[in-house]
Amino acid sequence: MAGYLLIASRDAFESRAVPDYFALAADLAAEGAAVTVFLVENGVLGARRSAAGKALEALTGSGVEVLADDFSLRERGIAIDALAGGVAPASIDIVLDHLAAGRKALWH
Amino acid sequence: MADKKTLTFALMDAPYENARTTTALRLIDAAVRRGYNVNVFAYEGAVAVASPTQKPHPNTVHGRDVAEENHPNPKDWVAAVIAEAERRGAKVDWVQCGLCVDERGVTELLPGTRRGTPGDFWTFAEQSDNTLVIPTR
Amino acid sequence: MAKVLNIVTSAYRGTLEEQDDTIIWLTHAMRGAGAEIDVLLQGSAVNYLVRGQDASGLRFGAWEQTQPPRVDDDLAKLVQKGAKLYAVREDLAERGIAEAPLMDGYEAIGRRDLARLLNGYERVWQW
Repeated sequence: MAGYLLIASRDAFESRAVPDYFALAADLAAEGAAVTVFLVENGVLGARRSAAGKALEALTGSGVEVLADDFSLRERGIAIDALAGGVAPASIDIVLDHLAAGRKALWH
Repeated sequence: MADKKTLTFALMDAPYENARTTTALRLIDAAVRRGYNVNVFAYEGAVAVASPTQKPHPNTVHGRDVAEENHPNPKDWVAAVIAEAERRGAKVDWVQCGLCVDERGVTELLPGTRRGTPGDFWTFAEQSDNTLVIPTR
Repeated sequence: MAKVLNIVTSAYRGTLEEQDDTIIWLTHAMRGAGAEIDVLLQGSAVNYLVRGQDASGLRFGAWEQTQPPRVDDDLAKLVQKGAKLYAVREDLAERGIAEAPLMDGYEAIGRRDLARLLNGYERVWQW
């Protein structure tokens, strides 16, 4: 299975569709796919330890890798030690790694 | 390069509207720095990203003249990634959706970009290792 | 080439100016170029299935739109061309349109079944 890269650019506090997107990530993982969620732009606003961060912690618990774009974090003054459990900072190069490896890539 | 990849990106947003334009160019820049070939299908408002008539401006609020302000024009980012690709033996094939440029009056082409059709996007997708659509809302 | 699923989420975005939905239009154009592409409607785009959409009558001064968008017809033509058309069942229900008169030819799919649907495609493009 090729695996999935789900790029999440929307603010979890603004968009009702974000929980559905994360549920899709968990469902894909449950089907046996390697799944990475890459938070970028305002998508990282939900990466702090917070109500939205709890959802990300649950997501990592379901076998989904959750990464946050280091530039987007820095741009918004989000310190690495403020991130929700299981969320790791990453360079945007990780997107290229997964695209080059043929993962199915969605942007939301 | 033994492992030269080709990636296709579909862009939809007009410049200066949201973060997706800069993120898209960050991705394209990172790809060409790896020596990847990059195809871009600029659809809808994204055709203005490479519009060669963009001009920088001074900013009185910032207290800077036009040179000091060094205001970003995305067309310069596009030109820069095209040049970077050439330096690395790769290619950026940037296609402007023809109907989109006509209806918006953004018909002038930046050097290194060309006019095209959805058929080009499909050809890109067929010939690429992967395709990422960056949607608008 | 790969089988592609186009996911359409945003609805009525520039449709009056374009006289169509640009992603449904693009899907037609790419199928014309040989692509095997199906469509999944989710979010507000599930409203495209509703019968009776009427965007006619737009006027600005003496200017009158004579060819308003008919997105439901464009979707029906995609189905006639062999494309599969899916819509997220919960998105229909949440919007209160699950019981409305809807066009023929679509298949409702539950959110929890989306993962399996996506697994059936080599490429998934979310627009």
